[in-house]
Amino acid sequence: MTYLLQQTLNALQLGSIYALIALGYTMVYGILTMINFAHGDFFMVGAFVCFVVVTFLDLPFLPALLLSMAGVTVLGVMVERVAYKPLRQAPRVSAIITALGVGIFLENFTLALNPYPKHIPPLIANTSWTFGGITISSLQCTIIILSIVLMVLLDFLVQRTKVGMAMRAISWDKAVVPLMGVPVNFVISITFAVGSGLGGAAGMMYGMAYPVIDPYMGIMVGWKAFISAVVGGIGNVRGAMIGGYILGVLEIMVAAFLPSTYRDFVAFSLLIVLLIFRPYGIFGKPRPQKV
Amino acid sequence: MTFRGSGGISGIIPAWARTHAHLPLILLAAGFCLSFAIPHFNILDPYVQLILMYMGVNIILTLSLNLVNGYMGEFSVGHAGFMCTGAYISSILTVRVFSAGSGPWTFPAAIIAGGAAAAVLGLIVAIPSFRTRGDYLAIVTLAFNMIVKSALENINAVGGARGFLGMEKLTVLPWVFCWTVLSVWVMRNFIYSNFGRGVLSIREDEVASELMSVNTRQVKLLAFVVSSFFAGIGGGLFAHLLQFINPRMFDIIKSTEMLIMVYLGGIGSIAGSILGAVVYTFLIEALRPLGIWRMVIMPLLLVLLMLFRPRGIMGLKEFSWFVPKADRMIAKSKIPEGRKSGK
Repeated sequence: MTYLLQQTLNALQLGSIYALIALGYTMVYGILTMINFAHGDFFMVGAFVCFVVVTFLDLPFLPALLLSMAGVTVLGVMVERVAYKPLRQAPRVSAIITALGVGIFLENFTLALNPYPKHIPPLIANTSWTFGGITISSLQCTIIILSIVLMVLLDFLVQRTKVGMAMRAISWDKAVVPLMGVPVNFVISITFAVGSGLGGAAGMMYGMAYPVIDPYMGIMVGWKAFISAVVGGIGNVRGAMIGGYILGVLEIMVAAFLPSTYRDFVAFSLLIVLLIFRPYGIFGKPRPQKV
Repeated sequence: MTFRGSGGISGIIPAWARTHAHLPLILLAAGFCLSFAIPHFNILDPYVQLILMYMGVNIILTLSLNLVNGYMGEFSVGHAGFMCTGAYISSILTVRVFSAGSGPWTFPAAIIAGGAAAAVLGLIVAIPSFRTRGDYLAIVTLAFNMIVKSALENINAVGGARGFLGMEKLTVLPWVFCWTVLSVWVMRNFIYSNFGRGVLSIREDEVASELMSVNTRQVKLLAFVVSSFFAGIGGGLFAHLLQFINPRMFDIIKSTEMLIMVYLGGIGSIAGSILGAVVYTFLIEALRPLGIWRMVIMPLLLVLLMLFRPRGIMGLKEFSWFVPKADRMIAKSKIPEGRKSGK
């Protein structure tokens, strides 16, 4: 029982990271109906910005977090302006392929700059508390609480603010919204900024929680986060959060009770089974088709 | 001879070629003889020969992915999974089942068996794809790719994560040539068959084509099976060319590479597939002196290409040799630009 609870805690930690990245996928998809395959690499850049900031500037936790988020935000908005914006009217697949290209570029550019795996020096005093056999470390606590705070802030932004209303409106009908005086390009930039910022935060947390960061780490984590977004119903912000936690729990539980090499196998098989029964994800709704 | 859909380029083809309908056949025969002569008399550097063989394998893979992504307009991102199946099945057959030198037919039989195994998997993957559409198919295929890779990593009988080796170098230039020509020929005949037209109608509008009495389920299933069959064949050739395979060779990065070749050359075009595979393979090798920076420059080129030609080099255009005679007249009647969706 304590083993199970302990693993649940680990699952929450991994799930939080997946959920934060999945939010970036789902927001961009909701607003542009485009899968931003470079998002996993934004996450990687977040980890590397944190590494640079902590190693060379010797900053403490909070400034490092803010700087990595800011760095990835700038990157996300830049990529959107340069690579995706000219392709708004092109076939959707072109934008997706461009995103793949940007992703490969970011991976290899980082690799070309410095080809060795890194580790982020500890930023938080490593204390842990034990409650009835379950050990919680301060790092685990920080990751889970911080991601929940970020998610609540995002939910507030989307549901309660004017920008959020504009986002939801654009995802509802792209053609009419500009007629209502909504600055579409500005809202799209904000979406990219917020989504990438969350990805950057996730990258930093991942780098702190798991020992090594390397330029290719965004690929696998990125695809998994994308899958979480789909499980929750892509385009749905709350669905992405739930999806991230579901995937985190699945992975950790498979690794805990089966040989850990079966982790991906079982997780992805279950995903396909889920998609057979709920083809549009847990919170997703089929879009109406016009003939 | 004209290029379909673009009148201006037809001047490139000289007049004598236009009057010789048998020219493709003559070229094919010449190419076949050349593919024997090159390794036999060592006309080209072994390295150049290797690159030529890679190009052939990549053409097969690109064609197979183009059928699903370009012609059918679905978005499959896990084609390396099919390739992996073909590679493993055919390698197991040549290493464990057929003893060396048991006959000249064993190698093609092993390759076809690999393709057939991939086709069966394609059938299995196609079934959940009926319930999901568009981007959800991407997830199904992506998950399939990861499942295949992860499953093979756990099967110790085929080497697990360490990989599988012991294949002889059975993939030689004549074989690559034959398989490439065969797959181009089959693909062309498939696309211009009744089923192929069904595939195209699904790309333009699935609901409408269903209403026009296209059996979309059947067509999708068949397109998937054909596509995965050829991916399996490409995988088998690849394995016997490299003489070593491991599951990590066939992960998402390989699938991404195939996607790039398809969209570089142009969606929905056989000529585009060939061009995309050749250009990509050539560029990757030509930029090799740049070391790691080549993988920085390649995606930049891809992004620039997409910005200036969003449908790839040949997007939806076809070189008329790949269009059956009866269809050349139809091709001349222009399709309005707005309807060429390709999603």
